[in-house]
Amino acid sequence: MAFRKSVVAIVAALAAIPALAAEPLKIGMVLPMSGPFAAYGKQIENGARLYLKQNGDTLAGRKVELIVKDDTGIAPEISKRAAQELVVKDKVDILAGFGLTPSAFAAAPVSKEAKKPMIVMNAAASAITTKSDYILRVSHTLPQITAPVAEWAAKNKIRKVYTLVADFGPGQDAEAQFKKTFTAGGGEIVGEVRTPVKNPDFAPFLQKIKDVKPDAVFLFVPPGEQTIAFMKGFAERDLAKAGIRVIATGDLTEEDILDAVGDNALGIINSLQYSEVHDSPENKAYVQAYYKAYPKDRPNYMSVSGYDGMQLIAKTLEKTGGDASGDKFVAAAKGMSWVSPRGKIAIDAQTRDIVQTIYIRKVEKVAGKLQNVEFDKVVDLRDPGKQ
Amino acid sequence: MTVIFDGIASGMLLFLISVGLSVTLGLMNFVNLAHGAFAMLGGYVCVTLLNRAGVPFLASLPVAALATALVGVVLERTLYRRLYAATHLDQVLFSIGLVFMSIAGAHYFFGAQQQPMVLPQFLQGQINLPGLDIGIYRLFLVVLSLAIAYGLNRLVRGTRFGAQLRAAVDNPRAARGIGINVERIFTLTFALGTALAGLGGALGVEMLGLDPSFPVKYIVYFLIVVAVGGSGNIMGSLVASLILGVVDVAGKYYVPQIGAFVIYAVMVVMLIVRPQGLFGRRAAR
Repeated sequence: MAFRKSVVAIVAALAAIPALAAEPLKIGMVLPMSGPFAAYGKQIENGARLYLKQNGDTLAGRKVELIVKDDTGIAPEISKRAAQELVVKDKVDILAGFGLTPSAFAAAPVSKEAKKPMIVMNAAASAITTKSDYILRVSHTLPQITAPVAEWAAKNKIRKVYTLVADFGPGQDAEAQFKKTFTAGGGEIVGEVRTPVKNPDFAPFLQKIKDVKPDAVFLFVPPGEQTIAFMKGFAERDLAKAGIRVIATGDLTEEDILDAVGDNALGIINSLQYSEVHDSPENKAYVQAYYKAYPKDRPNYMSVSGYDGMQLIAKTLEKTGGDASGDKFVAAAKGMSWVSPRGKIAIDAQTRDIVQTIYIRKVEKVAGKLQNVEFDKVVDLRDPGKQ
Repeated sequence: MTVIFDGIASGMLLFLISVGLSVTLGLMNFVNLAHGAFAMLGGYVCVTLLNRAGVPFLASLPVAALATALVGVVLERTLYRRLYAATHLDQVLFSIGLVFMSIAGAHYFFGAQQQPMVLPQFLQGQINLPGLDIGIYRLFLVVLSLAIAYGLNRLVRGTRFGAQLRAAVDNPRAARGIGINVERIFTLTFALGTALAGLGGALGVEMLGLDPSFPVKYIVYFLIVVAVGGSGNIMGSLVASLILGVVDVAGKYYVPQIGAFVIYAVMVVMLIVRPQGLFGRRAAR
């Protein structure tokens, strides 16, 4: 009897090990899937799902389940509720996504209290990672993509710049960082304006810029219709012929928007971490796989963030043996580095923010398609907003 | 000078996208908050024709207007008609519901992204005069708006149809009594309002952009124009659009810090001075 009992116990114990390891890993994504920023959510989800498609949906022995919740864009209360539901009701192991800064700020306390890792895949305000010790970022920070283009401008005979930013958090951040880096490089700000976030017509602002005649305009408005409206107005008024250039952060010329801006985008100088035509074998494979999976969309930096977010989860779980509990996961993720479609990237061990190369690009036509062609870069850049 | 011209052009765009609302809300006394949804439909028809079928821009404009009018007629026959006698609150709720349905529909069919739109060569660029830069597309909008305003005003004030319409709105029973086909008049007028919405939407894509949130984004502007102009008055809408456009652009040019607020301040002041709107009639009810 005793023998039989112990056999049962051993069998039970053996059975329990794979059962524990095979417990599914739930990843809850909070993304804008409807509303004005629905394209963000779609791209991020595309990227995340692409990684799982390529690598099988089992990470470190645990089957992965993605749960996507729509927070409709700038609606912090919905983002927070979605994160809470994911943690309490769906019992997710990891929170991920977050298209916009207000959404990440709203969910940070949830991650902090529940001690759940929170992977930020787009929201770009510098301060986000300071709001919870469990936040890791795989996208970029706004200062990180603003400083390089400001530095480039100061070094390349652009002396006088007029800044035009939309009057909201990210716009003010971009304006502050641009001014700081550009004036430190010897440049001069000859005018600045903050435009309403819902702005149907740029005519008066463009006319003012034309009258002031700066060497360049630094632009930061919510990517999408405003970029399009600005560039159309810019072309209509012949500002380029008046010798005025446009410099911007690269999210304004990302691939999803470029087609809608059309040829007016040609010549915009911008800085960002990813371009569809980034020249590396990893990116070629990524772009090919992306078009195969989503023939109607163009891969952009947000899709790559979704992809890299999954990559970070996979690599970290390998290190922890499948353990996704907050403290262990974050400790293992710190300092992690790998080669992404955008180039080499790493997670900063102190700030849990991303360290990456930012490229200076110019919008050009490549094989009949508008692309951001890289021509300069700042290697291994940490978030300047935290210095 | 350029600032004034831009203001006029901006005002004309306001006029174009809101004049349809002066027709449905003002002339028919129906609180049609779904106006923006019809404008969006016109925009999508225009963009689809341009980009997928290669139809020239000028040809796609009347098609956009007609297609929108057609949808307008169908909706009028099936849904709107039932609510003519309903309270304004019911009308508001109903048309807001339509707006949300249209947003979901546009999202389903076209996706969330901005629709690309390229104007034909001859509408691009600027004419440069000393001290005045005239955007060609803006000039085109100004001319077109004036033509539409003139035509509409003639239609409402100077034709038999206009007289029948005014009679049908003011007193449907008496109008029926003297042999006016009120239902038909209303259907036609609603078609006209939606056609104008569709045309305005198609013309506005270039400057306002086009995505599924269009109807809610610009509803405030439509309503401001109709409120300031006085409902039901085409000339009122035109003058109101002009004033608002010029003030808005000049405000943003000279005092950009508060520029975005100027348009609302003007509206408030105007409504205090003339609660009926610039050319408004006393409410019939």
